[in-house]
Amino acid sequence: MIDMTDMVKRYTLGGETIYALNHISLHVDAGEYVAIIGPSGSGKSTLMNIIGCLDLADSGDYVLNGKPIQKYRERQLARIRNKQIGFIFQGFNLLPKLTALENVELPMIYQGMGAGTRKKMAKEALTRVGLGERTKHRPTQLSGGQQQRCAIARAIAVKPALILADEPTGNLDKKTGKEILEIFRELHDAGNTIVLITHDPKVAQAADRIIRIEDGHLYENQEAEDDDLPIA
Amino acid sequence: MIYQSLKMALKAITGNKMRSFLTILGVVIGVVAIVVLVSIGQGTNQSVVSSIEGMGTNLINVSIRARRTNPISLEGLLVLSDNEYIEHVAPIASVSGTVKAGVTTYSDGTIQGTTPGYDVIRDWTVEKGRFLQQPDIDNRSFVAIIGSEAATEMYGTTNVVGETFSINGYTMTVVGVLAENGTSASGSNDNQILIPFTLAERIFSQRGISTFYVSATSSDTVTQAQTAVESYLDKAFASLGTSTASTQYSVYNQTEMLSTLSDTTSTLTLMLGGIAGISLLVGGIGIMNIMLVSVSERTREIGIRKAIGAARSNILMQFMIESLVVSLMGGLLGLLISLGMVNVLGPVLGMTLAIPTDVAWLAIGFSVFIGVVFGMYPANKASKLRPIEALHYEG
Repeated sequence: MIDMTDMVKRYTLGGETIYALNHISLHVDAGEYVAIIGPSGSGKSTLMNIIGCLDLADSGDYVLNGKPIQKYRERQLARIRNKQIGFIFQGFNLLPKLTALENVELPMIYQGMGAGTRKKMAKEALTRVGLGERTKHRPTQLSGGQQQRCAIARAIAVKPALILADEPTGNLDKKTGKEILEIFRELHDAGNTIVLITHDPKVAQAADRIIRIEDGHLYENQEAEDDDLPIA
Repeated sequence: MIYQSLKMALKAITGNKMRSFLTILGVVIGVVAIVVLVSIGQGTNQSVVSSIEGMGTNLINVSIRARRTNPISLEGLLVLSDNEYIEHVAPIASVSGTVKAGVTTYSDGTIQGTTPGYDVIRDWTVEKGRFLQQPDIDNRSFVAIIGSEAATEMYGTTNVVGETFSINGYTMTVVGVLAENGTSASGSNDNQILIPFTLAERIFSQRGISTFYVSATSSDTVTQAQTAVESYLDKAFASLGTSTASTQYSVYNQTEMLSTLSDTTSTLTLMLGGIAGISLLVGGIGIMNIMLVSVSERTREIGIRKAIGAARSNILMQFMIESLVVSLMGGLLGLLISLGMVNVLGPVLGMTLAIPTDVAWLAIGFSVFIGVVFGMYPANKASKLRPIEALHYEG
């Protein structure tokens, strides 16, 4: 699903070159549930942006679901984000003036899908995250957990190849966060590929495989993958 | 996609009603200014044209400048009227005198001495009685044909054939009353007091013919008739030995006067429209300003949209359509208000005002143009935002 080879991303800060990604390689299979964990400044956000096709690496090779992302231009990247990736953000990033249903419909509008199918698929997705009764509500009328469910519905409605979640529980209390992680588990069980990015080891435990990022390098504890235990 | 963009645009516009209203108002004022001013301009033009046409479209007006050596005579004019392109020829002697009917003094009258045919030349109809006839001219009869307004002012009724009144003490008998004609470029047509030309010459000691009207057989033969009149005048002056004949007289036809006046009013209309156009331009700048604010306010929204798959073209279209909808709404609303204003202003200004179709389309077209031109820059700016930066924008 994700195939990254020798990826480099540099920033220049005050005349000093910082390697946000320092020759990293990453492979994620279809159907995997992966957590990427790292403190702030570790290159975590950069990696997330590049996996999510919001940004391109300076060098290296990135193949997502068979698509050579590094060769793509802006227009094609927009299509990839639209069809292949379902984003879930820390701050939910719902459009406040649209209802829950309309928010979920948005990516399908950009796909040019007809109103009938679009509404049906959006409703299905909302029902799946337990918001079937709240389709007409605006984000401000929903609790944080409900907003994040709505954002998840938006991400999964288009049936993307990859679900990419950036600190999905960061703005939520413990209990609600747990509920959200349960939804991820269900989605994973249903065969979805999930990449979860977090700084919180407890959240990372929810995943089957944990990858650490520090100073632009990736580290992986094989044990963790094998017996599904948290790394120290 | 366009339908969706339209829906988004309407949402954005209704989401900020006060701001949208003020932006639209800028366009409305511009459009109203253009449409109403141009309509007034064209209305003026039309009333000028129709008042000139009220004097007859195949009319030729001749003024003689020469005073002492004036070769034009009634007999000469009679010969001229035999020309195949000329229908009638009538001299005019404008005089002033005191008009009294019983104890009523009528001071607004226009007293003119003329000959038979003048009614046809001016397209006047005699409502009661008759017009001047050749015997009146030959006998210098003390008869008069009066306008409807003159009749009402003097007698309180238009049923006055056979009544008498006096001009400078000379008793005149009313033999005809003209039908109501309204106002033309040469003033009211209903205050006329027409007497035989020969009588005017005698009692006002007028000498010679200084003005006469010629009517061509149709409006198509005006040019030929004018040529005939000019050659007659040239000959007449030449017979007196005047070498500079053409400087002794001037000949105008209505078509020339019409086109000169129309040109003037058209230029004025264009100028008014141009000045009003500036206010539409200001309205357009208002749109651009608000769109720029809207783009920076909605940076995060743009980021979200881009992250979930909106291409540059989608964002560009969304903002372009928003600006277009605002300007088009302004255009339509402006047109509607103009329609109301024109209906109110018409009677106030005393002219028939109508919004010409081409001006209406021009106003709509121009407001669309404004929307596109002034929406382009903000929309382009929005579409170029980078999703990562836009997503992290805290605004």
